Amino acid sequence: MRHEHIETNSGLMIVLILLVISIGGLVEIVPLFYINETVEKVDGVRPYTPLEMRGRDIYVREGCYLCHSQQIRPFRDEWLRYGHYSLAAESQYDHPFQWGSKRTGPDLARVGGKYSNQWHVQHLKAPRSVVPQSIMPNYPWLLETELDYSDLASRMGALRATGVPYSLTQQEYDANVSRFGKVVADQLDISQAQDSLMKQAHEKDFDGIPGQITEMEALVAYLQVLGTMVDFTKYDEGYFTTFR
Amino acid sequence: MAQSSALPVEQYNYDIVRKFTIVAMVFAVLGMSVGVFIASELAWPFLNFDIPALTFGRLRPVHTTLVIFGFGGSALFATSYYVVQRTSQARLAFPWLAEFTFWGWTGGVALGALTYMMGFTQGREYAEFEWPLDIAITLVWVSYFAIYVETLRRRSQPHIYVANWFYLAFILAVALLHIFNNLAVPVSLTKSYSLFSGVQDAMTQWWYGHNAVGFFLTAAFLGMMYYFVPKQAGRPVYSYRLSIIHFWALIFLYMWAGGHHLHWTSLPDWVSTLSATFSILLLMPSWGGMINGIMTLSGAWDKLRSDPIMLFLITSLSFYGMSTFEGPLMSLKSVNALSHYTDWTIGHVHSGALGWVALVSFGAFYHLIPRLWGAKLFSQTLVYVHFWLATIGIVLYITSMWVAGIGQGLMLRSFDDYGNLAYTFIETVEFMHTPYIWRALGGAFFVAGVLVMVYNMVMTLRAARREQAAIEAKLAAKMAKA
Repeated sequence: MRHEHIETNSGLMIVLILLVISIGGLVEIVPLFYINETVEKVDGVRPYTPLEMRGRDIYVREGCYLCHSQQIRPFRDEWLRYGHYSLAAESQYDHPFQWGSKRTGPDLARVGGKYSNQWHVQHLKAPRSVVPQSIMPNYPWLLETELDYSDLASRMGALRATGVPYSLTQQEYDANVSRFGKVVADQLDISQAQDSLMKQAHEKDFDGIPGQITEMEALVAYLQVLGTMVDFTKYDEGYFTTFR
Repeated sequence: MAQSSALPVEQYNYDIVRKFTIVAMVFAVLGMSVGVFIASELAWPFLNFDIPALTFGRLRPVHTTLVIFGFGGSALFATSYYVVQRTSQARLAFPWLAEFTFWGWTGGVALGALTYMMGFTQGREYAEFEWPLDIAITLVWVSYFAIYVETLRRRSQPHIYVANWFYLAFILAVALLHIFNNLAVPVSLTKSYSLFSGVQDAMTQWWYGHNAVGFFLTAAFLGMMYYFVPKQAGRPVYSYRLSIIHFWALIFLYMWAGGHHLHWTSLPDWVSTLSATFSILLLMPSWGGMINGIMTLSGAWDKLRSDPIMLFLITSLSFYGMSTFEGPLMSLKSVNALSHYTDWTIGHVHSGALGWVALVSFGAFYHLIPRLWGAKLFSQTLVYVHFWLATIGIVLYITSMWVAGIGQGLMLRSFDDYGNLAYTFIETVEFMHTPYIWRALGGAFFVAGVLVMVYNMVMTLRAARREQAAIEAKLAAKMAKA
């Protein structure tokens, strides 16, 4: 075919362009949904509790991902600095993913449990009061704003529609019990969402203000669970490489 | 517009081109000023002022959206509507729909920027618009496609000129990317959750993200280049054959390259390797375009001495060549291990966005303004002033980002004699303070250049209006005599 046919025929040109630009995406993206090795088989990864989920919403709202990655690479310096490299399984319930693209601040994939709740509250309120050279903005309003948890059901319902196993029916609840245990299954149940959010907040009191549930409470709850779900002592070093 | 009363109806629809040209300038000033502001926040964090809407995390999408979609998008609408009419020798189809693309696009971008400041975001880089705006943008885009294709169909030339191939591929690819990357389940009007998660979501996002660069910021601006460079040089495109080869190769290869944003992550290695391979191949069509553009000037190199617009266009192609060399380099896994997550990436993006995208657009605007408003450009000297302000700004910007990025990358991976990490993370942040100041200064230079251009344009328009008034007065006097 001579190129003249294409450049004198707009319809043909449109069809050919569509064909040419579709191939790359089809070959690289579609198989990721079907190849089983894409996401590692590993115990412990569960969806976020209602409180953690709201914390994650705040993390996205404030654009934290623009300066903090959540993706540790398999290098010696990152292992020493942050811990085990990130698994695909660990972000399987992240809608959207929060791997980030820039580290103006450190990676947060395994920040959970590294610092105390009090440290996080103080650091979010006034970062330079704990890390003098920090360039992070202050987030004082997180401690001053009550957390809105009136629409948990619709948030969890939307996530359920994307495939996150929050339970709506008895059958789904039972499946969660056998998969994650009863304690977690209760937290993933949409009908108990408000209760379990309040329960987690009162038990752990992430924001250090008893009897009050602020946005800080949710955000710290989220930060404290990051990277803590998988117990890496249970797996050989070689196990995860079989998936790469 | 005032002149339509005296002049006969224009052969082409320039009204829509004028509108998009003006709004592109407005978005350039706004978006780049926000860029200088957030760059300053990184150097002096007190500038966040404890105000949620002004924090770096909320303003960064405002900056990228206003610049890429506001300035870049409007520049593309303006030039593509101009080019498709001129090269097809046909008036723009569906004028009312073109009007809709103007208000829809401008309104969508402005509303998007405001909603980010309020904290409504999808949390996907360069696709932060929440779903109602995504739908509105889709409608605008479908209209754009309809107008473009129908105008092409009404062409009085048998051949579709090469600039239009690039614009057409850009329109089609952006539609495809926008739709698939924004699939989400809404919670409310202001909140939704991405349909995909984790590794699949990451790959979809960077397939989008890289091709936003590939098609929005490259293919489309090549379309612009293919019209304005030959036109300004007064010479035909260097090689017709090269334009065919590099067009098809470019649009095919770009779509494979997105995975290089995810090297060494939880993305399976096979995708990452495939993406790196295609990223390196991409060097060839990229340089094909650069060579075709620059060589168009062969035999007329003296124009670089006498024509500041040519200076803008050829410098933009040089930056295009440089950043499309740097890109494949950074897509190599070993280089990426150092460069990724650092400011080297930010510098790379800006050598493309400021050096290529913005400079070629400025060249096109300087070519367009006298033709659109029927008046001589107010000042040729100010075009030179703009050029040097912009060039100094870009050089300051990218060199400071090389220092910050490569410096941080090297610090993070260095060990002491006992095998411990030599630096803490915060020590790298401290190190970046000085380059961050230089970067903000570079950005300020660039914005100053844009302000010079805006001033030049305003003065040109005022002169055009005065001339118009004089003609009308003469005409009225003649009529009165008769």
